[in-house]
Amino acid sequence: LTRLSFLPPGAGQDVGRSCILVSIAGKNVMLDCGMHMGYNDDRRFPDFSYITQNGRLTDFLDCVIISHFHLDHCGALPYFSEMVGYDGPIYMTHPTKAICPILLEDYRKITVDKKGETNFFTSQMIKDCMKKVVAVHLHQTVQVDEELEIKAYYAGHVLGAAMFQIKVGCESVVYTGDYNMTPDRHLGAAWIDKCRPDLLITESTYATTIRDSKRCRERDFLKKVHETVERGGKVLIPVFALGRAQELCILLETFWERMNLKAPIYFSTGLTEKANHYYKLFITWTNQKIRKTFVQRNMFEFKHIKAFDRAFADNPGPMVVFATPGMLHAGQSLQIFRKWAGNEKNMVIMPGYCVQGTVGHKILSGQRKLEMEGRQILEVKMQVEYMSFSAHADAKGIMQLIRQAEPRNVLLVHGEAKKMEFLKQKIEQEFHVSCYMPANGETTTIFTNPSIPVDISLGLLKRETTIGLLPDAKKPKLMHGTLMMKDNSFRLVSPEQALKELGLAEHQLRFTCRVHIQDPRKEHETVLRVYNHLKGQDYSVQHLPDGSITVESILIQATAHSEDQGTKVLLVSWTYQDEELGSFLTSLLKKGLPQSTA
Amino acid sequence: MAAHLKKRVYEEFTKVVQQQHEDLSTKKLRLTKPSKSAALHVDLCKATSPADALQYLLQFTRKPVEVESVEGVVRILLEHYYKENDASVRLKIASLLGLLSKTAGFSPDCIMDDAINTLQNEKSHQVLAQLLDTLLVIGTKLTENPPVRMRLVEVACKHLTDSSHGVRNKCLQLIGCLGPVEKGLAKEGESQAAKDVQKIIGDHFNDQDPRVRTAAIKAMLQLHERGLKLHQAIYSQACKLLADDYEQVRSAAVQLIWVLSQLYPESIVPIPSSNEEIRLVDDAFGKICHMVSDGSWVVRVQAAKLLGSMQQVSSHFLEQTLDKKLMSDLRRKRTAHERAKELYSSGEFSSGRKWGDDAPKEEIDTGAVNLIESGACGAFVHGLEDEMYEVRIAAVEALCMLAQSSPSFAEKCLDFLVDMFNDEIEEVRLQSIHTMRKISNNITLREDQLDTVLAVLEDSSRDIREALHELLCCTNVSTKEGIHLALVELLKNLTKYPTDRESIWKCLKFLGSRHPTLVLPLVPELLSTHPFFDTPEPDMDDPAYIAVLVLIFNAAKSCPTMPALFSDHTFRHYAYLRDSLSHLVPPLRLPGRKLVSSPVSPTITPHEDPSQQFLHQSLERVYNLQHLDPQGIQELLEFTIRDLQRLGELQSELAGMADFTATYLRCQLLLIKALQEKLWNVAAPLYLKQNALASTAAKQILEETYKMEFMYSGVEGRQVVIIHHMRLQAKALQLIVTARTTRGVEPLFGMCEKFLQEVDSFQRCFISELPHMQGSFVDKLLDLMPRLVTSKPSEVVKILQTTLRQSTFLHLPLPEQLHRATANIIEPTGESDNPLRFTSGLVVALDVDATLEHVQDPQGTIKIQVLYPDGQAQLIHPKPTDFRNPGPGRHRLITQVYLSHTAWTEPCQIEVRLLLAYSSNRSKAKIPKSTWSESLEALPSSENGIEGTIPFSKPVKVYIMPKPARR
Repeated sequence: LTRLSFLPPGAGQDVGRSCILVSIAGKNVMLDCGMHMGYNDDRRFPDFSYITQNGRLTDFLDCVIISHFHLDHCGALPYFSEMVGYDGPIYMTHPTKAICPILLEDYRKITVDKKGETNFFTSQMIKDCMKKVVAVHLHQTVQVDEELEIKAYYAGHVLGAAMFQIKVGCESVVYTGDYNMTPDRHLGAAWIDKCRPDLLITESTYATTIRDSKRCRERDFLKKVHETVERGGKVLIPVFALGRAQELCILLETFWERMNLKAPIYFSTGLTEKANHYYKLFITWTNQKIRKTFVQRNMFEFKHIKAFDRAFADNPGPMVVFATPGMLHAGQSLQIFRKWAGNEKNMVIMPGYCVQGTVGHKILSGQRKLEMEGRQILEVKMQVEYMSFSAHADAKGIMQLIRQAEPRNVLLVHGEAKKMEFLKQKIEQEFHVSCYMPANGETTTIFTNPSIPVDISLGLLKRETTIGLLPDAKKPKLMHGTLMMKDNSFRLVSPEQALKELGLAEHQLRFTCRVHIQDPRKEHETVLRVYNHLKGQDYSVQHLPDGSITVESILIQATAHSEDQGTKVLLVSWTYQDEELGSFLTSLLKKGLPQSTA
Repeated sequence: MAAHLKKRVYEEFTKVVQQQHEDLSTKKLRLTKPSKSAALHVDLCKATSPADALQYLLQFTRKPVEVESVEGVVRILLEHYYKENDASVRLKIASLLGLLSKTAGFSPDCIMDDAINTLQNEKSHQVLAQLLDTLLVIGTKLTENPPVRMRLVEVACKHLTDSSHGVRNKCLQLIGCLGPVEKGLAKEGESQAAKDVQKIIGDHFNDQDPRVRTAAIKAMLQLHERGLKLHQAIYSQACKLLADDYEQVRSAAVQLIWVLSQLYPESIVPIPSSNEEIRLVDDAFGKICHMVSDGSWVVRVQAAKLLGSMQQVSSHFLEQTLDKKLMSDLRRKRTAHERAKELYSSGEFSSGRKWGDDAPKEEIDTGAVNLIESGACGAFVHGLEDEMYEVRIAAVEALCMLAQSSPSFAEKCLDFLVDMFNDEIEEVRLQSIHTMRKISNNITLREDQLDTVLAVLEDSSRDIREALHELLCCTNVSTKEGIHLALVELLKNLTKYPTDRESIWKCLKFLGSRHPTLVLPLVPELLSTHPFFDTPEPDMDDPAYIAVLVLIFNAAKSCPTMPALFSDHTFRHYAYLRDSLSHLVPPLRLPGRKLVSSPVSPTITPHEDPSQQFLHQSLERVYNLQHLDPQGIQELLEFTIRDLQRLGELQSELAGMADFTATYLRCQLLLIKALQEKLWNVAAPLYLKQNALASTAAKQILEETYKMEFMYSGVEGRQVVIIHHMRLQAKALQLIVTARTTRGVEPLFGMCEKFLQEVDSFQRCFISELPHMQGSFVDKLLDLMPRLVTSKPSEVVKILQTTLRQSTFLHLPLPEQLHRATANIIEPTGESDNPLRFTSGLVVALDVDATLEHVQDPQGTIKIQVLYPDGQAQLIHPKPTDFRNPGPGRHRLITQVYLSHTAWTEPCQIEVRLLLAYSSNRSKAKIPKSTWSESLEALPSSENGIEGTIPFSKPVKVYIMPKPARR
């Protein structure tokens, strides 16, 4: 009985600031190291003092695993490794390693340069932090140390997103990170094999949602864009730089290609260009269509999508513009929005959720007159559309993943408590496995029933299998052997070898038993009667010339009783191994011999 | 007979040296035969190490072994097998045994005992498996011998306990292939082993090795294929296998479940964890649906495919496959499909959508939500959204098959199919459009669905657009707005892609004739007529205007009130279009002009049977009147040919038949004419120039026979005989003419011999048909064969001449269906006056677009010929992918032809045409394939393998101008 325990410093019953501590068979692993978007003070980073009250993190943690490049999963990494101090290995996939520093740098710029905060990590710290990163491939088993190994599975959430299996001995934990079970235009669906982990830690953002087919959404989106462009209107799509933006680009690009459209599509430059470069490189991480066609043309080498320039916004004629940031609260997207809002031919499409207080939220909730800075009133005549493109698994997807992996326990993180409650109940009901949903800072302990591997010598195995039939999955099989525990390893060896190794002499244990039989005849006649009697059974019975009988390896001898010649004494002797047969024979003989044999 | 014949000829004229060589070589071949096994023996004895022996064996494998020597070789191999210590060599020998026993004509029962004996002492698992494989080969060759099979099955059962998976695998395979299928036989079978094959195989469903489990399921399926009725008890076992860890096991188990569901659809199975019971086919359907969301895509494809063929499933199970309950924050949400439907039924069409339009409404009971679908729920929803396009295609196909058998399901799956029109992979889009076309009889498109369908018309892929046009041809539209929408979108398509003209017109033709009542209220708007004012006359050459007219005229055909709405110029345009595009514009009964515009076709079309009768009568007449004087025969033939040709023009269904017979009669006529020539009565030197007629006739007949044989689809064996017979006659004629016109006998020897060979091969090929050919040329010829063989060429010629004259001509039986292969080059049109300019020495690509009808295997036979003005001809084989198959018997060739030439001083026309390639080897008689085919030293391609081409499309002229390169 061993123990797995979890401590979510962040992400327990909460979205954002993902950070989970797992201790499995004495190894401590930290899963993700995210920041919280909602806070600007100390609460934005997980509380690492939780983990160790005193002492260095490096001594306590065996490794850190980052599932993907979103800031709520990796935002606190430089702070954690450079400012708090951690020198151990950090594992992430190749695309994550490539894109992560871009986003961290961007985040740093906004916080330090724009908001003017101090006591924040520097560019150099990001670089130093990335030096500690070890990149892994999909399905590659990485040995962290002799016992701890990790393996990445495809998660489909964003480019390079992965689920990780952490394994020590035969105990294992799977951490999903964020994942998506339905493929989209640029990524495939999450997939895991039947690895039967002791615990599955899964996100549960959409614990209570079952989503409609993505095709309807895509079709609606394309139809709206197409109609507006045909009318000669301009379409503004505010996006965040990475993730969904690429999906929408691919979607529009292929649509333009298919329908032979000519209107220009622009993408506001910046970090996107750098990131797009990586999308082009990591073709193996994308979906089937892109992987199959990249030989002819890399889908991320956009033909119709060009870099945006400030001046283009005033150009006449239809166009589609992707601009950052996604919630229309500042920057280029807001500038363009102000320029275009007055024309009813134009359209803005919000592809994601908007936080309260942003312009995006206001227009989505139907406000038509907006107060901008400087007391200007902006009248919004353009059409406002909302399309949800989200890459998290919905309730069905989560259930599907659980079915694929067949875990023994499930733990829900990265979601709201109320929604988790529903999913928890469903999981317990459908799969009959226990399900946990710890709050931040709450430790959950799960007891596992690990199977312990035992080495068996080939000779012994072969010998045993030749005796019996083929091994059957349903019936346990009895084997004779000696279990040796020596320097932390278990071995099953044949008794002879065990004796030899231990330097002991072999002792034989024999049972003997005397059975008295009333038989006035001569000894050898009695023996003959016994022989005839036993021959009926289906054992190999032999009558030896020296007047004894062997049944298999059991010896039976008859002698006349020293006092009473009418009583014969049958001596039955068997070894310890034949106990079953021996006792059977004695009881048989005790019943007496049949009379009719004469 | 041929050999005998040959010998006679050689005896007399020993000069023919070449032939002797041939004889020598065959002799040599025979000499080496007996030494084959001996050589192997020597080789194997020489071998010092296992590696050497293996080398020898490998070399030996590369050479073919004749049937007679197989047994000897096997004996030697076995001898070495017993001596050999090295397992790899034994393995090779075992595999060789299997290979040898496959030799055609060799009966392996003599080596079976030995093979079984070798099994007894074998220790190596690999060799054991290979030996069992050999036994399988032997067993499959001796299927008619039940005791042998029984024995083999017993051997296999014995080895089922082997510890190696490979051996168990092979054993199961053997049992599956050879196990007794008949019930009676199994009962009287002496051993218990062979008694219940199903049980033995079933026991291995739980084997520890996944490969063996797979093999067990496969063996079970094999038994099913061979006709054994599987027990229903296997079903529950198979269901357990669906949860196996290995994909190949699951994949095979899905198949097994499907088989069982087809065998016992109506039996009742209990639902676990409740006391309800359902039909087995429903249960199986649910289970296979479940596999559509399996972890492995191979299994998903398999499952999705099989779903399509489960038509007995009850309808509510079927409809569940499209069901997916949506929710958001625990509240019930409507799907986009439901919303669209509601919008439509409330009379509002496509409102501007607001945020929160899809906001969830009612609360749902948390207990009632079932997240893991039990059974069929949402299987197709998952399948159609799958990551792999293979799965999506399979799901679309399955949808198609199920929808074809269930109209209500067709109605339901429409939304999903329409969604698939926007898939990212073109194949999937195309497949779903085709599917929709196939089920279009059962459905009527709603306006919002039509809207989505029509949006695809702007697709840049030509295939997609054309498939969509085909779809629109046979869809039902519910409202006049729908028709209008379709017309507008089609016209938009026309302006964007002018090359789609033909296909769009055709589409509108059907759209009009299917919905006359819906078109009627649109007519004034479409023709832009006004009750008071005259509107300007539209441009007659505008394809868009023609498209509108095609729609209207076709609708007017069954809507007599419509012409009243036409303005004057419309009538004029009607007359023009009826003439120029008669295939698109139907005859109309217009007021005031009684069928002026359509004098011919309406009178003929209603009579179908009479024309068929006419065809048969006229043919009968020809066949019966054999004893007329030659003059009379000739005239009759000429008239009949004329009649037939006219009939073919009028009656498109009979065109193939009429053409075919007309061609045959023309051959006959030519033959008669040639024989009627005076030249035969005149002394040889005098008619040297007159023979032109006879020899051209012979040539022409030959050409026509090739056309008859290869240009018609549906030609059967009986026709082929007669065609060949005609060809033989033509060759005889050729021989006679040559004999008459050339001096000296020497060239005749070769010809005579060749002809006799042909007669011989004719007899060999069509021996079964000979009895039907009483009194024919060949019949008589074969009677005279002994004489012919011995006579000199001049005599041969004489005999031929008389038989040719005396022979009756054969009745040509007509097959059920006969279609002439036709081709029509759509593009290039050949109308352009602007030359295609390019720099000489470089290439220019010319787009070629052609439709082919009734061409079998177009990929292999169609070639494009380009003729340059200097007489240079270029032959191009289009790529197999350039052919599309839009319908049965129809093909479409869209390809590019690369042209190049040296510089010309002025533009000139080149000709492009399609050719149908044929070779007489390819004809119906197939050469039996040898098992050693890879090592076969190129068979002497049959001596009269004539290859050639038939031009079968009108040549199109293209104006080109290679300019000299500027430097």
